[in-house]
Amino acid sequence: MNKTALKELLFKIADDQLILGHRNSEWTGLGPILEEDIAFSSMAQDKIGHSYAMYQILEELGEGDPDQVAFFRKAEEFHNSQLVELPIGEYSFSLIRHFLYDHSDFLRFDMLRNSSYELLAQVSSKIRSELKYHTMHARTWVKKLGTATDDSISRLQNDLDALMPYALGLFEKSPYEEEIISENIFGGEEELRSRWLELIAPIISKTELVLPDPEGVEPVMGGRIGKHTEYLQPLIDEMTEVMRIDPDAEW
Amino acid sequence: MNNETEIRKWLEDVMDPEIPVLSLVDLGVVGDIELKEGSVFVEIRPTFVGCPATTQMKYDIESLLHAKGFDDVHVDISYKSPWNSDMITDKGREALRKFGFAPPPKGNLIDDIDVLEHVECPQCGGTNTELQNPFGPTLCRSIHYCHDCKEAFQQFKPMN
Repeated sequence: MNKTALKELLFKIADDQLILGHRNSEWTGLGPILEEDIAFSSMAQDKIGHSYAMYQILEELGEGDPDQVAFFRKAEEFHNSQLVELPIGEYSFSLIRHFLYDHSDFLRFDMLRNSSYELLAQVSSKIRSELKYHTMHARTWVKKLGTATDDSISRLQNDLDALMPYALGLFEKSPYEEEIISENIFGGEEELRSRWLELIAPIISKTELVLPDPEGVEPVMGGRIGKHTEYLQPLIDEMTEVMRIDPDAEW
Repeated sequence: MNNETEIRKWLEDVMDPEIPVLSLVDLGVVGDIELKEGSVFVEIRPTFVGCPATTQMKYDIESLLHAKGFDDVHVDISYKSPWNSDMITDKGREALRKFGFAPPPKGNLIDDIDVLEHVECPQCGGTNTELQNPFGPTLCRSIHYCHDCKEAFQQFKPMN
């Protein structure tokens, strides 16, 4: 099995989850209603837990200790999509990002259940089950607010238009895309992208929202090869602030 | 001579760190147990991948087995047969109910969101209830409201 290709895949998944997990956690104490405060906090915990599982597999493959890998890299060493690093914005912005990201995350793990890399296939089946709660949560609120008032609909629509290019950047192809597919490690970004569109389009069409035509949108790429927005490094600095005070502390 | 069955019996005394009336065995978290040349290998299946109680569970199992005289104890996380909520035993479901939590419905249900609505209230047994939030105080619990007895309650989430 092509280990480099496998690691590249695991890094981008883990980094997406870690960074979005931290963004989600910024809603703790600030949610527009208590239930949403709890929901985003719980999803943060899930995301960071999922990333930990991915970093543990990377450790098996010869990478360093998960904490070191998660906390002691610079922004340009992260493989996450730019979608997940953007600041949380207003609630509607975080909700639309959650909707777009989690449906792709669910499908990615759905596909990874069949991975030829056994360890990944096993944990993917479990993560997929957990993500059902995330997609269910996202759908419930997008349906509710996407059919509510002119204000809620126009807010969601603006965020959907703004985030679609970033969401399409989730499917940036790996330099090892061919090997990943031919060795049955993962079905590939193109398949994921088309399954994702098939899944979200009917949900959006049940609301007053309009899904931007993906063919008319220029995807924001680069995250997978370490090109990031100005927002990632400050986030990493913040999430590692305590650890950097005393990196060798025993907890 | 100890054997796997006896060890599993002992582990019935190790409780879930967050729901102290429920043993890890009844929760379905304890997987295969193997004894090899005096060493014990215990497989645990986390309820949620990100469950922060997993470390505590490992520690509690190790402590108990050390106290029983085993020096070499290995508790390893496994996703070989991942945990699902049907792995909770009938005894475990009863313990949850007594503790005030609705046990998860059985079977492959969660593809349908309706399964989370109208959960039977663990306080009054009524089904005129509604889902308030699929996310609760811990990853494994959802929050519901009972219109019959006008009380909020928690459910241990179905997962499969």
